[in-house]
Amino acid sequence: MINNLMTQEVLLSIIDLRIEAEADDGWHPIVDGVSLTLRKGEVLGLIGESGAGKSTIGLASMGFTRPGCRISGGQIIFNGSDLLKLPKRQLRSLRGTRIAYVAQSAAMAFNPAHRILDQTVENAVHDMAMPRKEANANALGLFRELQLPDVEQLAHRYPHQVSGGQLQRAMTAMAMSCRPELIIFDEPTTALDVTTQVEVLAAIRKVVAEHNTAAIYITHDLAVVSQMANRVMVLRHGKEVEQAPTREMLSSPREAYTKSLWSVRQMHKPAEPRLDAVLEIRNIDATYCRGAIKVLDDVSVSVPRGRTLAIVGESGSGKSTLARVVTGLLRLSAGGILFNGVALPPVLKSRTREQLRQIQLVYQSADTALNPRQRVRDLVGRRLNLYFGLAGREKERRVGELLDMVELGSRYIDRFPGELSGGQKQRISLARALAAEPELMICDEITSALDQIVQGDILKLLTRLQRETNVTYMFITHDIATVKAISDEVVVMNRGKVVQQGPKDSVLSPPYPDYTERLLRSVPEIDPDWLNRLLTARQ
Amino acid sequence: MLAILTTIFERLAMAVLTLLIVSVLIFSSVALLPGDFAKAVLGQSATPATVTAFEQQIGLDRPATERYFDWLAGAVRGDFGNSFASRPGAERRVVDIIGPRLRNTLTLAGLTAAIAIPLAISLGLLAALWRNSWYDRIINATTLTTISVPEFFVAYVLILLLAVKFPVFRSLSTVRPNMGIVETVENLALPVLTLTLVIVAHMMRMTRAAIIGVLGSPYVEMAKLKGVSPLRIVLRHALPNALAPIASVVTFNLAYLIVGAVIIEVVFVYPGIGQALVDAVRTRDVPVVQACALLFALTYIFLNLIADLIAIGTNPRLMHPR
Amino acid sequence: MKILSEHPTTNSKRSSKTIAVFLRRTTPSAWFGVAIIFLYALIAIFASHIAPFGETEVVSSVPYGPWTQQTFLGTDQLGRDVFSRLIFGARNTIGISLAATMITFVVGVSLGITAAVLGGVVDMVTSRIVDAIMALPQLVVILVMLSVVGSSVFNLIVLIGIAGATNVFRLARSVSLNVTVMDYVEDARVRGESLVWIVFREVLPNILPTLVAEFGMRFCFVVLTISALSFLGLGIQPPTADWGSMVRESATLISYGDVTPLLPAAAIAFLAIGVNFLVDWFLHCASGLRDDQ
Repeated sequence: MINNLMTQEVLLSIIDLRIEAEADDGWHPIVDGVSLTLRKGEVLGLIGESGAGKSTIGLASMGFTRPGCRISGGQIIFNGSDLLKLPKRQLRSLRGTRIAYVAQSAAMAFNPAHRILDQTVENAVHDMAMPRKEANANALGLFRELQLPDVEQLAHRYPHQVSGGQLQRAMTAMAMSCRPELIIFDEPTTALDVTTQVEVLAAIRKVVAEHNTAAIYITHDLAVVSQMANRVMVLRHGKEVEQAPTREMLSSPREAYTKSLWSVRQMHKPAEPRLDAVLEIRNIDATYCRGAIKVLDDVSVSVPRGRTLAIVGESGSGKSTLARVVTGLLRLSAGGILFNGVALPPVLKSRTREQLRQIQLVYQSADTALNPRQRVRDLVGRRLNLYFGLAGREKERRVGELLDMVELGSRYIDRFPGELSGGQKQRISLARALAAEPELMICDEITSALDQIVQGDILKLLTRLQRETNVTYMFITHDIATVKAISDEVVVMNRGKVVQQGPKDSVLSPPYPDYTERLLRSVPEIDPDWLNRLLTARQ
Repeated sequence: MLAILTTIFERLAMAVLTLLIVSVLIFSSVALLPGDFAKAVLGQSATPATVTAFEQQIGLDRPATERYFDWLAGAVRGDFGNSFASRPGAERRVVDIIGPRLRNTLTLAGLTAAIAIPLAISLGLLAALWRNSWYDRIINATTLTTISVPEFFVAYVLILLLAVKFPVFRSLSTVRPNMGIVETVENLALPVLTLTLVIVAHMMRMTRAAIIGVLGSPYVEMAKLKGVSPLRIVLRHALPNALAPIASVVTFNLAYLIVGAVIIEVVFVYPGIGQALVDAVRTRDVPVVQACALLFALTYIFLNLIADLIAIGTNPRLMHPR
Repeated sequence: MKILSEHPTTNSKRSSKTIAVFLRRTTPSAWFGVAIIFLYALIAIFASHIAPFGETEVVSSVPYGPWTQQTFLGTDQLGRDVFSRLIFGARNTIGISLAATMITFVVGVSLGITAAVLGGVVDMVTSRIVDAIMALPQLVVILVMLSVVGSSVFNLIVLIGIAGATNVFRLARSVSLNVTVMDYVEDARVRGESLVWIVFREVLPNILPTLVAEFGMRFCFVVLTISALSFLGLGIQPPTADWGSMVRESATLISYGDVTPLLPAAAIAFLAIGVNFLVDWFLHCASGLRDDQ
């Protein structure tokens, strides 16, 4: 298939595209002279970190910019016509019918007030004057091709009644309904669990190939893009870094930046044996809605002192709930927790200040974890005041020390969170937790919302801090690569139960319990044949 | 289906409960009567005997709870007792006083609502469709002005222009039973016009704001990416999701028409229930005040219940649970 | 899950840039609003120095006198100077309204945020009570209470203040709920902060813009309410100068084509318009909803 791609005609040609975004102090470039060509039936992967401009370029391929952005130069030639010069009406008629878009969050992109089928056929019925019966049958056919279950029933449901993975496939069907020549996939699986992701990737790839649709596949995950794309372009700060056919890029990347994109996968910490347990969780149950829903079922975990215990699972596994129980935010309904051999009161209110100080929680999204109206000085310094009674110059000095420890430096002391980048905010979160000099730090998916390169930096920082302070980490994550990179021991959770626990090397090598096997197999590898092998193995 | 019925039932029960609580609050305001209240009604020179007789008449000598249940039972039957303005031999039942007034107010409210609501929603839709255009800016400034000024200002300006300088309509709105439609319209034209101006502004602004609020949603962006026309986006994609706040503001203004139009009634000397309440407050005619307050509360709670039910009805998550 | 951007959302450069941005964003209506508020504030504060005559001073034996050089806007039904009474009316109305609005805010905001932060039973009970009070339209509640306690200035301020507190409670509670779900509030709980700290140091600073806008709108509403009550004869009692009662006293003139009743009404109208324009601009800035293609 790749061979005869080069003989196909050019479908989309972007030449020296420039896009600017409006900020308080004027217009800044976010796409700075990007050019690309796409042929019929070809899949181009756009990869880069957040802010690289990939989504913006994807939208621009339809002649669309988000509010606050404008196209300041270049040409976007689709099927011979420059989209930037077309009258609005013509541009509108192209969208949905000749060029379609699949958004990252299908749950947010479907209108909650209408049924799925009605939205799927909207373009066909209104823009292509297809009779409704025919459009409906067509849509159901696409649903089946994308391997959605109970197609008749699902079509008549509302978006909130359907799961994320199914909704994402319905959105793909909606995009395909008019058999467009080009589909833009904007991070379609980023918000999905690993095991769901596999199904969606397989479905998308199959349907795109069968209908010979050209596609731009946008993602930040190199492993995913290597399954889906013929060619890959790496973007950074709105500029192209390098571009090559997939296999070539993976086997011999030219730029150092490209290589750094999979640095996390290359990190590997040798697991250290345990000394004693700082925290013992014994047979705990936890429920929501006064016992109606059991979220933790007979969970027992032992956390080794001065080491990193990774708790891994997908959404709904109970890993975050476990963190909430340990911090006292959620009351357990059975069992108990021992901290340093002493029983920990189950509820926040009944714990002493010392107990509160010794266990610190770090959140996933630093956007919501730092009060936007407080400066770094107060964000980091409050615990110094609260637990150690430090104030004034003493406090200022210690805050400076903590900022140095997280590799930021005291010049950040006056900043507001809004002035910091994602990685910097997460470092402030860490500094804040360290200010309490805790024995146990619970890290709840703290790197999941960060770009891959930044993730690597934060994980290195964590490892260094552990060496210096001998703090214990309970590291909650869904990402296997992170687990390999940082943990000494691993606990695997599924649906509120512990599936497996033990030293990292023994958990991550066979024999596996069923769920662990499924979990590990679903993690995409940076190998273009990975998905093919997985699908063949299933049959 | 069962879930929806349960929710409706819950809301209904809450409404009744709220009404009961409110009735207690209304009734207990009487309990706060300062000591020389009787004298305030009967006059400073009332003799102790008259005062005692009066207190007996309004039942101040019986325990509060007993009086409350008596009053409530009567209210349910439609009997609110006698007005304080009644004297032995010239009894004036509260119902007879406020009955016709209520009818008048409802007529005025009905006429106004029939004109104002469709007008406001259409104007709001158009403003949302053509946002930031000259039409939108002018409408925005005009409605902001209209909701800022006191109602009597609007009323007097309209009287000045349309009844005095250019005698088109009447400045006093009298209402007689068995008036013909044309005569009714002629008489009520100015108050209806005033009220319309006041409430259209509010409803139009909220409609526009509600739709623009929804227009920022991801699914509207998706609709744009599907090449859906702007008109269809506003009507099919945005409006269904904005119905709840729009219903809320419409019912709020309906309640205002019945309950808050007292200023208009005073300016146009229109015998409505708002004016009855004001007169009763001035003369400390407590039974009338209580009856009016209870009626108003009933209206308000009922209209809020409708808004609530519309909000539930337009929310697919509640109507079609997983 | 949303990936955090590595680009900061705001600039760290302050002062001169901020002022430039500020000036770029203001509209004519906003300036109009500021001008009006400034003018009214001056009049209210320096009333006794600006007014040519006293508040209740009878200057002419001619009631409803014509507009002369001495009495700019004529005299009222007792021969008092309308212009002076308008000025004193500004002081009285604005003073009372400001006092009532402040009561509304102190009570409504602290209760609202506390209910949102504590949640659970406390929240449910307070909300139900407020719902019950709000089941009656504000004007009616005030009228009922006035029929019981009488219309003194103190009563007016307290009644209108408390009646308005229910709306502010609802608003404060609803915006606080958006904040209390944030992780930083949970973090404050987890590290052992007191309720007072959470309410005033974590939540309040984040809801200030909404509250400021609401203060402006509430103030307008209170001005209109007091004028309406005075117009009905139940508000500020004569001989104190008040715009609402002035309208009532001269109402009959309108049938002769005399605009005198419109003067105090216009005074109210302009104040309300000015504040509303300013608040509208403020909300427009704060929400920053941009419009598009």
